[in-house]
Amino acid sequence: MAYTKAKIRDLVDGKIDRDTLHQMLSTPKDAERFEMYLEILQEQVPWDDRIVLPLGPKLFVVQRAMDRKWVIRSWAGYDFCDWQENWKLHARIRVRETPEQMEELYPRLMAPSTDWQVIREYFCPLSGDLLDVEAPTPWYPVIHDFEPDIDTFYRDWLGLEIPERA
Amino acid sequence: MNIAAETKRGIVRGGETLKEHRDRLMEATRRTGHYAGLEKRALHDSDPILYNKLFSRLRAGVVDARETAKKIAASPIVEQEGELCFTLYNAAGDAILTSTGIIIHVGTMGAAIKYMIENDWEGNPGIRDKDIFCNNDSLIGNVHPCDIHTIVPIYHGGELVGWVGGVTHVIDTGAVGPGSMCTGQVQRFGDGYSVTCRKIGENDTLFRDWLHESQRMVRTTRYWMLDERTRVAGCHMIRKLVEEVIAEEGIEAYWEFAYEAVEHGRVGLQNRIKAMTIPGTYRQVGFVDVPYAHEDVRVPSDFAKVDTIMHTPSEMTIRGDGTWRLDFEGSSRWGWHTYNAHQVSFTSGIWVMMTQTLIPTEMINDGAAYGTEFRLPKGTWMNPDDRRVAFAYSWHFLVSSWTALWRGLSRSYFGRGYLEEVNAGNANTSNWLQGGGFNQYDEIHAVNSFECAANGVGASAIADGISHAAAIWNPEGDMGDMEIWELAEPLVYLGRQIKASSGGAGKYRGGCGFESLRMVWNAKDWTMFFMGNGHISSDWGLMGGYPAASGYRFAAHETGLEEKIASGAPVPHGGDTDPENPVWDGMLEGARIKRDKQAITTEEMFRDHDLYLNYMRGGPGFGDPLDRDPQAVADDVNGGYLLHRFADSVHGVILAEAGDGLYGVNEAATEARRAAIRKERLEQSVPTTEWMAKERERILAKDAGLQVQQMFAASFKLGPRFEVSFREFWELPESWVLDEADLPIPSYGREYSMDLSELPDVRTVELVEQ
Repeated sequence: MAYTKAKIRDLVDGKIDRDTLHQMLSTPKDAERFEMYLEILQEQVPWDDRIVLPLGPKLFVVQRAMDRKWVIRSWAGYDFCDWQENWKLHARIRVRETPEQMEELYPRLMAPSTDWQVIREYFCPLSGDLLDVEAPTPWYPVIHDFEPDIDTFYRDWLGLEIPERA
Repeated sequence: MNIAAETKRGIVRGGETLKEHRDRLMEATRRTGHYAGLEKRALHDSDPILYNKLFSRLRAGVVDARETAKKIAASPIVEQEGELCFTLYNAAGDAILTSTGIIIHVGTMGAAIKYMIENDWEGNPGIRDKDIFCNNDSLIGNVHPCDIHTIVPIYHGGELVGWVGGVTHVIDTGAVGPGSMCTGQVQRFGDGYSVTCRKIGENDTLFRDWLHESQRMVRTTRYWMLDERTRVAGCHMIRKLVEEVIAEEGIEAYWEFAYEAVEHGRVGLQNRIKAMTIPGTYRQVGFVDVPYAHEDVRVPSDFAKVDTIMHTPSEMTIRGDGTWRLDFEGSSRWGWHTYNAHQVSFTSGIWVMMTQTLIPTEMINDGAAYGTEFRLPKGTWMNPDDRRVAFAYSWHFLVSSWTALWRGLSRSYFGRGYLEEVNAGNANTSNWLQGGGFNQYDEIHAVNSFECAANGVGASAIADGISHAAAIWNPEGDMGDMEIWELAEPLVYLGRQIKASSGGAGKYRGGCGFESLRMVWNAKDWTMFFMGNGHISSDWGLMGGYPAASGYRFAAHETGLEEKIASGAPVPHGGDTDPENPVWDGMLEGARIKRDKQAITTEEMFRDHDLYLNYMRGGPGFGDPLDRDPQAVADDVNGGYLLHRFADSVHGVILAEAGDGLYGVNEAATEARRAAIRKERLEQSVPTTEWMAKERERILAKDAGLQVQQMFAASFKLGPRFEVSFREFWELPESWVLDEADLPIPSYGREYSMDLSELPDVRTVELVEQ
C-alpha cells in the first residue's frame, strides 16, 4: 500500500485519520516510506544538514554538511558525538532520586521508591528538550540503546545509496 | 511374518516412531536452516490455492472451537476473559496454527508433546487414537500451573498424523493459598497440583480415578471440571475438523501442509523483520521488585524473607539477512518466590507480544521460534537450573522483561517512519486481586479477578496509549462486567473509575489504568492478598516519555461500614483519586488501614464490610511532555486521566477555568511556563560525565540498598560479560568486588542447585542456547 506525502506528514504530525491509520496497521508496509519520511523531517528541522536516520522526535543521525561526518544531532542543533557513540554520555542529565523529585511527576504512593529505582532525564544542552528517560536501579550504567547498521539498511534492504561519510 | 519388524514399527504416519520422526526433522532443520529441510515448499508452490484453503479452513476451525468451547466453562476467567487457546500440532509437536486467546501456549503444549516424544511415552504408557493427556508441569515448559493443557493425538488410518492441544487458565490449582497465581509458597511443592503429561483418558472417556483425584486437588471443583470439558470439547472439535479436511483434500496434502506451514512461519518472520526494522544492535533492560522482607509477606522459609530485584538486560541483534538473536546475558538468578519461568514460556510468550506488532498475522506457529535465536543463560529466572523453583506467577517478570523489547523494536519502527507501529511498552499487568474462603453460596471458593486484563497501553509515536484496554498476555483481554465479578466473588463494587496519573507522561501519554473499590460481602473465613509491582515501575517511557506510575495497596479493616450504611452516613465510593490526599481514610475513623507501597502480600484475613482497592496499572509515555498539545493536557484533567497539579509540574500547562468545572488553557502563561521549565532543566542538570564521576564514588563506597547490591552481585555471577561491561563502564579497580556471599542477607540457591535433567530416566528438551 502506498500513501501520499500529505498522509505521511499527517502521521508525523500526529494527525493521521483513522481509516488510513487502520490501513497502515493492517496491510503490508510501504517500502518507500523511509525516503518520504526523511523528506518531511528534512523540511521541518531548523538546519540543512542531511538526516541519515531519525533516532527520536528530536534526535537524528545527520551528515554534517561542513565536513561530511556523521554525527548525532538534536533538533536544536547540538552535535553530541560521532554517530556510533552513545549520545547520552554527551548530554546533560538530571537524576530524580528523592521522593520530592519523584512527586513532581507522580502522586505519592504511585512513584517508584528511590532506593529501588531512579529516573534519569537526558536533556539537549542547547534547548533543554527531554530526549530520553531511563528508569533503572542506582548504579546502572548508561545504556547504549541503539547501534544501527546503516550501511546494510540503506544498501541491502532499501537499495539506496549510502550518504557520504568522512 | 517378521515379528521383530512389526513390533518396531512406530505410530507416526509412514512407520517412524515419534522419536525417530522428530530427530529426523530436527537434523534436517539444523543441516539446511529450513524447518524439516524444506528448502522448497512443494504444496505451497504447486497448488497455492489448496495451501491457502487448508490454512483458512483449519485456522477458522481452531478459532471456532475456542469460541464454542468457552461457553461450556463457568469460570469467568475463561468465559469472560477468554483465557483459553487451542493449537494444532504436527506429529513432531511443532505448532501449525493456533486460535486467538492466550497464544503464549503455541509453544508450551508443544513442549509437553516433545517431552512425551523424548521420554518414550509411545512405549509407555502408549499413545493411541482417542487417548486424552493432561499436563500443567512448569518444569517442562508450562507458564504456570494454573494453565492446564489437554492434549489429544490425531490419527488417520491407524497412524498418528498430529496433535491438538487446548489450554484454560483455571481459577485455583490447590496451591498453598487460594487463587490461580498465589504468592505464599516459595517452592514448586507449594504451587499446587502438578501433572506431567499424564494419560487421563482413553476411548474419548476420562478415567474415573483422574476425575476423583483431580477434583479434590483444587478448591474450585466445579470450575475445574467444566474447564476440563471445555478443553476436551475444543480438542475433539478440532480433531473432527482435521478428519474432515483429510477426507476431502487427501492425507498427502494435509501432511505436506502440516510441515510447510511451520517453514512458512519461519520465512514470514524473516520477511517481516526486513520489511519493518533496521539491522543493528538494540539494548534495553527490565526490572521488577520482589519486596519479601515486609511483615505482610508470610512465607514458610526464612531464607526467602529478603527484598530483591529481578533484572533482565536484553540485547537484540538484527542481521542483514533478516535473522535475529535475543540474548539475555546478565539476567537474575531464579529465586525463592513464584516469579520464575521456564525457557519455553519465556520464548513462546514473546510471540504473544510479536503478534501485536511484528507478525500481526494469523500465521502464528512454531516457525517464528525456529527463526529466532534465543540465549537464556542457565540458572536465570527464565531458565532455572533447580527443580524446586515455583512458577505460579511467572508473569510478574515476564511482562516486565518483555516491555523492554517494545522499546528496541520501536526504535527501529521510528527510524523507518513506521510511526504507527511504535509502542513505548506494555503495562505491568496488575494488581491481581486473589483470595478465597467460603463464598456467598457457602462453598469453598477461590478468586482471581481478571480485571487487570484491561491495563493501560503504552503510548505510540502518533497518539496516546489506549486506557484500561489491554494486557500483553491476551490480545483480546477485557476488564469483565462488574455484575459477573459480583456473581463470582463475594465482593461488592463501591466504585470503578479511571486511575488518574497512572499512565506515563509524554508528548503522547501512556493509557491510564483503572481502579475498583470492593467491599467484602457475604463471605466467611475469607482472605485476600495483593500482587503487582510497587517499588519499581517496570515500564519505562520511550524517547523522552516517562515510565508508567508504580503500584501501591489500600485495604481497610474494622471499617464500621455496616453501621454507616445502616444510618445513611457517607461511605467511601468511586476511586482513590489522589492517594497523596486521601479522602476515604477520613471517613473510616477507627479503621485499620493499610496504605503503602507493599504491593505484594500473602493471605490476609478480611471480614464483611472490609475494603480492598484493586488498582490496574497504566502504560508508559512517548516523547517530551513539554511537547504535548496543551489542550490535550486540559482534556486529561477534565476527563480524570491526570491530576490537576501535574498539568503544570510535568507538562508546563497553565490551566484556566472554562466554566462548568472544566478547564481550558492559558496559552501565553503556558508558553512562558514551558520556557521556564526548559531553563530549569538546564540549571538543574549536569554533564553526564560529571554525574558519572559522582555515581562511581557511590559504587566504590557500596552506597546502595541491599536489594540493589544483591541484584548486581547475582547478575555478575551468572553473566560474566555483564560484569565485564559494568566494570569497564565505571572503570572499577580489580579490588572492587561485589559478592552475594558477603551481603548480610541469605542467598540460598547461590551455589547449590539440582536440575530436573539430573533425575533418573528424564530427558529434558532444550530449545534455546544456554
